[in-house]
Amino acid sequence: MPSEPVSTSSAHANLPATDKLIEFDHVTFGYDPASTVLSDISATFQRGKVTAILGGSGCGKTTLLRLIGGVYPVRSGSVRIAGEAIDTRNAEQLYKLRRRLGMLFQFGALFTDLSVFENVAFPLREHTDLDDAMVRDIVLMKLNAVGLRGAAQFRISQISGGMARRVALARAIALDPELLLYDEPFTGLDPIAMGVTANLIRKLNDATGSTSLIVSHDVQECFEICDYAYIMAAPGKVIAHGRPEELNASADPQVRQFIRGEPDGPVRFHYPATPLAQDLGLAAGSR
Amino acid sequence: MITDWIAALGRHALGMLRALGHHAFFFWELLRTLPVSLRRPRFAIAQVHALGNLSLLVILSSGLAVGFVLALQTYYALATYGAADSVGLVVNLSLVRELGPVVTALLFAGRAGTSLTAEIGLMKAGEQLAAMELMAVDPKSRVLAPRFVGGIVAMPILALLFSAVGILGAYVVAVLLIGLDAGNFWAIMESGVDVRRDLGNGIIKSIVFGVICSFVAVYQGYEAKATPEGVARATTRTVVISSLTVLAMDFVLTALMFSTR
Repeated sequence: MPSEPVSTSSAHANLPATDKLIEFDHVTFGYDPASTVLSDISATFQRGKVTAILGGSGCGKTTLLRLIGGVYPVRSGSVRIAGEAIDTRNAEQLYKLRRRLGMLFQFGALFTDLSVFENVAFPLREHTDLDDAMVRDIVLMKLNAVGLRGAAQFRISQISGGMARRVALARAIALDPELLLYDEPFTGLDPIAMGVTANLIRKLNDATGSTSLIVSHDVQECFEICDYAYIMAAPGKVIAHGRPEELNASADPQVRQFIRGEPDGPVRFHYPATPLAQDLGLAAGSR
Repeated sequence: MITDWIAALGRHALGMLRALGHHAFFFWELLRTLPVSLRRPRFAIAQVHALGNLSLLVILSSGLAVGFVLALQTYYALATYGAADSVGLVVNLSLVRELGPVVTALLFAGRAGTSLTAEIGLMKAGEQLAAMELMAVDPKSRVLAPRFVGGIVAMPILALLFSAVGILGAYVVAVLLIGLDAGNFWAIMESGVDVRRDLGNGIIKSIVFGVICSFVAVYQGYEAKATPEGVARATTRTVVISSLTVLAMDFVLTALMFSTR
């Protein structure tokens, strides 16, 4: 059985109110009444820090990010940003909040009818009155940061999946937002791009004083750059949280299994099923 | 047994009402975003260009074919009564009052409407619309409204082109092939067609059909399930719903516009 979190919530609860940028207070959520994706989640994300949300596939990590963006209403509990509870029915509040955040989507979500350059320029053109020369300079700087300045004029269909994710990263940081949400930023990247991206996330956070949330299952890459981490497990629960070194030293079998990627442990790799021999008709007396 | 039947009927009726209400709210939302969207007219102009170009070839070739056949059939029918000289007038009235707006709308729904639905549905499946929302950009204003306006503007232009090409087709058949008098062909058309009543009402019809086809296309795209199958079903629904609504609305508009009482 999963045990107590490595670090209890006291580490964050004692912080001054201004240091808590995002707070989840006993949040329960499901996409329909019959299912529960997040179950009584309480978490705090500190301003100016890089926080990782780690966990296996389908444990509700991406859903957590979407609740921060106000995409869905919570079933119970509340999500607060800078002390203000998100009300998904209040369009004005939502749009005001969203102007302060940048999000890197799991699959990029680039606009396929626009070029690489225009994708990165999109938030600048929508939310600022900058002239074309200024937009061009900013876009080229952002593309340079992700190593794709030379691909500025390419169509989205002409670039690889890894490049698309880097373009999406450039678009997410185009406006230097206060809060950056990264949904699986390392998936599909080669080792060089992964290292550069990880460093970029850390440097951006430190240079601009923004707050970063990384949803991922790449444990080591996240531990190298994050200040704090939450580990989630199905069905939508936080099983541990703490600084990377604390989590690495955890004796909790579920935490250890996840961090070390062990096949055997409290979390079973195989979905519950009848024995393989029985399915293949090899069980005694089946033939 | 009978109670089950009544319950099923009630569920169906409630479902219909819910869908109708959803359409009405969506339409209202779309109208509400128009002023913001039209502050940057270049997006709507680009859509007029895109949608117009998309349908132009099929509209022109269909218009020509309809003109050919209409002239031929009208000539066969009128010649029996010794009224073959009226071919130009009958063809013109048929085209500007009915066939121009209606056939253009049906072709537009099949060509540009399906393309709009698929484009918006795929944007949804690729999370592009969700990305826009999280960037504090309203997809209804940025994506849907320009396409909606583009369709409304493109439709009457395409309908006029359809009718013009149809009349030219009729001229080729009636005058150049059958040998009717060219002067009479144009003169009877000029004297028998009223610009406001016939042409004007035809244009109003095509604007209404433009609203219907564009709305159905963007609605189906936006509400499509974000899967390949969902997008495919949505494009099919676009053609079916647009076509049936256009035909039904044509009857209503014709009754209102051309009543002799």
